[in-house]
Amino acid sequence: MTSFSQAAVVLAQQGGEDVVGTGEALAFWVLGPLALAGALGMVFVRNAVHSALWLVLTMLSLGVLYMVQSAPFLGFTQIIVYTGAVMMLFLFVLMMAGRDSADSMVEVLRGQRLLAALFGMGFAALLVGALARSLVNVQAQAPPDPYDPAAGGGAGGLGRLIFTDFLFAFELTAALLIVAALAGIVLAYRDKREGQKRSQRDLVEARFRGDYKRRSPYPGPGVFATGNSVATPALLPDGSIAPESLSELIESTNTARLIAEHDRVLGSQAEHDDARALLAEESDESEQEGERK
Amino acid sequence: MTPTYYLLLSALLFAIGAVGVLVRRNAIVVFMCIELMLNSVNLSLVTFARINGELDGQVMAFFVMVVAAAEVVVGLAIIMAIFRSRRSASVDDTNLLKY
Repeated sequence: MTSFSQAAVVLAQQGGEDVVGTGEALAFWVLGPLALAGALGMVFVRNAVHSALWLVLTMLSLGVLYMVQSAPFLGFTQIIVYTGAVMMLFLFVLMMAGRDSADSMVEVLRGQRLLAALFGMGFAALLVGALARSLVNVQAQAPPDPYDPAAGGGAGGLGRLIFTDFLFAFELTAALLIVAALAGIVLAYRDKREGQKRSQRDLVEARFRGDYKRRSPYPGPGVFATGNSVATPALLPDGSIAPESLSELIESTNTARLIAEHDRVLGSQAEHDDARALLAEESDESEQEGERK
Repeated sequence: MTPTYYLLLSALLFAIGAVGVLVRRNAIVVFMCIELMLNSVNLSLVTFARINGELDGQVMAFFVMVVAAAEVVVGLAIIMAIFRSRRSASVDDTNLLKY
């Protein structure tokens, strides 16, 4: 606490004229609550895409707050880099990966949410209390004149600082960006050779090696039969019905209902092709079984 | 109004971001909460630059932005790689080392 109050004294002594005007206060009281609302919305909305949009609101508000605080370059960088590039990247990945995975309400660790809320409130109270008690009576100094090259303000002054005092850090940044780009490529690269298309020969060999349940394709409906409707089962060479070709949907519906639907569509005068003409007596038995169930 | 209010706003945003990291289960949302914390620190850096009438704080905020951009690239690529192998972006499903 002593260091905080010392800092306050130093800051208070440095404070010259008060350059926080009414316009800035107005901007702060409009944009500050907006930024807070965006942050709260991001944490408490369950849908991940909505979270991203709330965060965009916060970042835009912060960008404008930078501009208000005589940091126009950072303000525009914030809007272009953060809301333009970073958040679009987030949305891109969300659409690919996490779109449909709304957060589950099940707590994996018992009491985690409550503890996290308590921690958050305590942390916020501590930070706000310390700042509010120590940094009283702080005055903003007039920023360096952005239009005067000698004063070194504005984007030009920022550039001069980056290329003189912070040159080494800036060059390290270049290395960092190159490594990050490489890492992105390496991590996101998927070897295409794994999913190479198999030729017909490979497929046949795999079939006869026993990788599939059946060597031949499944018989389609109506093969060797009187019609090509799904309701007509395929026949095996000996004239018996191929069980794999029976349509589950039609087999589970009883004949009377199929005929009734047929009549409803075509009128009762139409002659029906019996859907199960080939099944003969068997179909009646299965129908009775179905009714018994 | 004094510039201290900006610092209070930044403290609140940082706390909200920290709570989000602890509470949310979707890895991408957790990552967005980290971005929020970085942004709040940027706001405090810009405010300190303002209070001192110098540009050093703005340079720091600029570097934070660069590092955050690089971090987003790597982090999202890792999340994509995990999603590809586990078909999930939830931090609870990444438990291969647990048992």
